[in-house]
Amino acid sequence: MRALSVILALLGAPALAEPLTVKGSDTLVGLVQRWAASAMKEDAALEVQVTGGGSGTGLAALENGSTDVAMSSRPISDRERERLIARYGAPPREVAVARDGVAFFVNAENPVRALTLAQLRALFLGDVSRWSDVGGPDRLVVLYTRENSSGTYAFVRERLLENEEFAPRAQPLPGTGAVVNAVSRERWGLGFGGAAFARRVATLGIQVGERAIHPTPEAVRDGSYPLARDLYFYLPPEPSPAARRFLDFVLSDRAQAQARAAGFFSLR
Amino acid sequence: MPDRVLPVPHPRRLLQGGSRARPRGALTDKLVELAVTAAAFVGIAAVVLILLFIAKEALPLFLDPAQRSDASLAKLFLPQPWRTGQPDALIWQPVSQVPKVSVVPLLLGTLKVSSVAVALAVPVGVAAALFSSEFAPRWLRELLKPVVELLAGVPSVVLGFFALTTLATALQDSFELPYRLNALLAGVAMSLAIVPIVFTVAEDAFTTVPGTWREASFALGGTRWETAVRVVLPAAAPGVLGACVLAFGRAAGETMIVLMASGNAALVSGSIVDPARTVAATIAAEMGEVVVGGMHYSLLFFLGVLLFIFNLVLNATAGAWVRARVRRREGAGAP
Repeated sequence: MRALSVILALLGAPALAEPLTVKGSDTLVGLVQRWAASAMKEDAALEVQVTGGGSGTGLAALENGSTDVAMSSRPISDRERERLIARYGAPPREVAVARDGVAFFVNAENPVRALTLAQLRALFLGDVSRWSDVGGPDRLVVLYTRENSSGTYAFVRERLLENEEFAPRAQPLPGTGAVVNAVSRERWGLGFGGAAFARRVATLGIQVGERAIHPTPEAVRDGSYPLARDLYFYLPPEPSPAARRFLDFVLSDRAQAQARAAGFFSLR
Repeated sequence: MPDRVLPVPHPRRLLQGGSRARPRGALTDKLVELAVTAAAFVGIAAVVLILLFIAKEALPLFLDPAQRSDASLAKLFLPQPWRTGQPDALIWQPVSQVPKVSVVPLLLGTLKVSSVAVALAVPVGVAAALFSSEFAPRWLRELLKPVVELLAGVPSVVLGFFALTTLATALQDSFELPYRLNALLAGVAMSLAIVPIVFTVAEDAFTTVPGTWREASFALGGTRWETAVRVVLPAAAPGVLGACVLAFGRAAGETMIVLMASGNAALVSGSIVDPARTVAATIAAEMGEVVVGGMHYSLLFFLGVLLFIFNLVLNATAGAWVRARVRRREGAGAP
């Protein structure tokens, strides 16, 4: 029965329009794949292909015309907006699709549990390099960051480092999953990524005055967690009908509930 | 053993003899020769065209005024300001409001990782080849060769994965390394990939040393060890050097293992236990995000040109050395 339906799907495929391609942020790719699966279940005529690569990759693909929708975990830069205007003749359409808190991860054995933004900034800039500088044991801090196409990378550079460069010895990894995996194996590691990805690592609280704020849904939604952000879709000024249908689904209550289930935070 | 001393006529002599004996085959001979020559030129043309193509994509870096100001030669190779209050430094950070495009940390990283890999793989590979060709009984050699060559068939992504998950923890625990992923780890993992190359090429070099030389050494009272180390190894030195060069070239161009195991931080540091970012890994990691025709795009192609030239110079130097050595030996009256 299953084989038959696969064959029918294959035979039917040419009759469908070109699949809708969605490309970009590695933070969003897992969630959007789930959205795509549900959207295709609801709307048989819709076919969505989701790939990652990083927010910069997605926006570059939108400019190159090799994707229909770009996912981004940061707002588009002025440079990218200008290039898209040059390509499409009008500014791209920006839609916030979910909310996320960028969390800082340490190994579960690390006694440090909360840091101030100033301490995190000094660590990632390389101004201080040992855990003893921030109240931990006298060990080298092994910094993990993301490849420079990542929106999470750009977000942390802008919001935490105020557009200074990461310390050169910070090791770039290809996705938040890889950062979490590396920190879970590196006893004195420090990395960052979407709060939804924390597995077998400890999430640092951000010390504000007397209080350590963790990236909980409440703190992210009300903005008291300092590193909360919106996650976006970018579409051409005149999106295809398929892209419109998918966007309607993504903003529906059902899709937003799915985002919450996946560890993200809904817009409402 | 005796098969090695059988006299083999020179191929050209065979060819000429054949065409004299069958004049009607001359046309076929010509056609075949033409086809073979054409095939050889396809190979050469492919190499030249690839170089031309990557050079063409890198060219805007030097011709386009906007790109030239973002990535001038000084910015590519000399220390540049990067943060207020910090001394100028060699930084690779091409995606930034002020792109920092020093290729020095990448070249250094490539050199570090490849050197570790070659330093580990050459002694092991050459010793294994010497054992296989000079000491091992026939049955063992026939087992050893295919098994080592099987190692060459292990996909590099599998070696990288092994390094990332298993080897990294083992190395860090046994040497108390501060970084789990580092140049040493990448070098060790890569040596697994290049040992088979060294072994195969060196083994072939040892087997082509004429058996009569060994017999002469034995006749003079040489032991097997003396024969292997003082006769066979020096006689096969050009071949062994060829093996090293091939290994180094492969190591410099290897991508997947270093991408997974080296930590990829573009550091200027002399320590092999620090993370390193190589040229090849940079191209692989950053090619997906660039806008076609932009500065970053040209820059990655420029890195490709650097890698290409590096391997070309390496091969040419080694080739010149080998030719000089062979000429010297012929001058000394050896066969």
